[in-house]
Amino acid sequence: MQQMHQLPIFILLITLLSFSSTFAEEPASADLPYFDWKVEDFTIKQPLGGLSGNAKRGEAIAGNQSRGNCLACHLLPIPEEPFFGNLGPPLTGIGSRQPIAMLRLHVVDQARFNPETVMPGYYRRPEQLNRVALSLKGKTWLNAQEIEDVVAYLASLK
Amino acid sequence: MKKLIITHCFTSALLLLLTSAYAQTPKSGYDYLLPEMKEMQDDDFGNPGMMAVDAGEIQFSTTGKNGRSCASCHGDGASKLDTKHIARYPVYSTELKKPVTLRGQILICQNERIGGTPMKYASQEALQLEAFVRRLALGETIDVDVSGDMSPYYDAGKKLFRTRWGQVDIACHQCHVYHAGRTFRGQILTQGQSNGFPGYRYTAGKVVGTHERITGCLNNLRAEPYPIGSDEYINFEVNMNARGNGLKIDTPGIRY
Ligand code: HEC
Ligand code: HEC
Repeated sequence: MQQMHQLPIFILLITLLSFSSTFAEEPASADLPYFDWKVEDFTIKQPLGGLSGNAKRGEAIAGNQSRGNCLACHLLPIPEEPFFGNLGPPLTGIGSRQPIAMLRLHVVDQARFNPETVMPGYYRRPEQLNRVALSLKGKTWLNAQEIEDVVAYLASLK
Repeated sequence: MKKLIITHCFTSALLLLLTSAYAQTPKSGYDYLLPEMKEMQDDDFGNPGMMAVDAGEIQFSTTGKNGRSCASCHGDGASKLDTKHIARYPVYSTELKKPVTLRGQILICQNERIGGTPMKYASQEALQLEAFVRRLALGETIDVDVSGDMSPYYDAGKKLFRTRWGQVDIACHQCHVYHAGRTFRGQILTQGQSNGFPGYRYTAGKVVGTHERITGCLNNLRAEPYPIGSDEYINFEVNMNARGNGLKIDTPGIRY
């Protein structure tokens, strides 16, 4: 009987920590077209679509479960977010370790660095993705503006 | 800049080497549970998955229009079912010329042999019957034979497990082989074994089978799932159950 009383608490706890909502929320706004990109020496030199990023918005995207969700795998200096994963390396101070053009490629397509990476490709060419949910077909996970915002945020982590 | 690139190539090569050399000893999802959750799973009254098992037991002795129930052939309380054989599913059917899962076999009995109310693969009733039958084999060692006719299906399932899916563009084995035991947003990644299914999934608040659980991960990867009972999921199941050969059946597990 005791067990039964504990049940709702467990359910609450587990739901809070739940993975199920992690990736499967609202897609990023998709009014922006897809801009192609070019890799040179492990960097993407040109900002996607020539857009400029905003670090503040980038932080919100990186910390948000249903958007970048970088925290699922990386430690970031966002104190309000207590739960992070350790699949990826901590990103604190990453802006002083790598040039912005390289950070851009990490976020766009980490598989260029490590073909076996577990890190999602946030802006891979849509036709290279396999069996995307019908409702998301032809779309990248983040749009070009969101990528540039996240890149600006990473570059600001000194 | 050059140095950076070289370090990158080096770490990538190292990672690749480490990960491809990775051999995994099967470990049940149960072993990753919090102690309180283990206790709950082990307690028949506290385990919410037992409701499906109980519902399945009622189905088992329900007579169909051929005047027979599952119990007519397999004994009251399924006393005549061989629990070691239950632990071998999926098995190859020479008649269907493809592997049959435990739920698939149950559906053949229900729909053709006893003439019961027709059940779909994805139905609650079929899931409950599967939960009841697999529970009979609690603690039995999983022992799927993937030689001979089964081997192409095993290989196809392995390929699926190693395919990148959806917008997230990650493959199953990347999380469940390379990163088992590490934390993904406050949650520990397990090996993604199937030995606890049908089981109670907390995050969904209901009992799910292996196919429904795969759909859960495909949805999370923003991929289009396959239909429950499809050939793709059957191949997945052949591979996943065989990957867990040596584990004990744990139905109904309590899982995330
Ligand atoms: C599912 C896990 C996962 C998610 C989600 C994830 N990453 Fe990663 N990330 C990794 C892993 C693992 C690495 C380490 C290298 C590798 O294996 O590819 C990495 C590497 C990186 C690197 C390079 C770090 C270095 O020191 O070289 C950057 C930058 C990065 N990630 C940024 C991000 C950002 C920004 C997001 C979100 C928009 C994100 N990651 C989301 C797993 C993830
Ligand atoms: C980005 C990471 C990730 C990927 C990729 C992934 N899963 Fe999972 N999976 C999880 C998490 C998190 C859970 C819940 C915790 C656990 O059991 O590992 C889970 C649970 C499971 C479980 C339940 C295991 C148990 O004992 O409860 C199965 C089975 C499973 N996954 C199969 C798959 C299959 C098949 C694929 C590919 C189609 C896949 N997963 C891809 C993260 C992932």
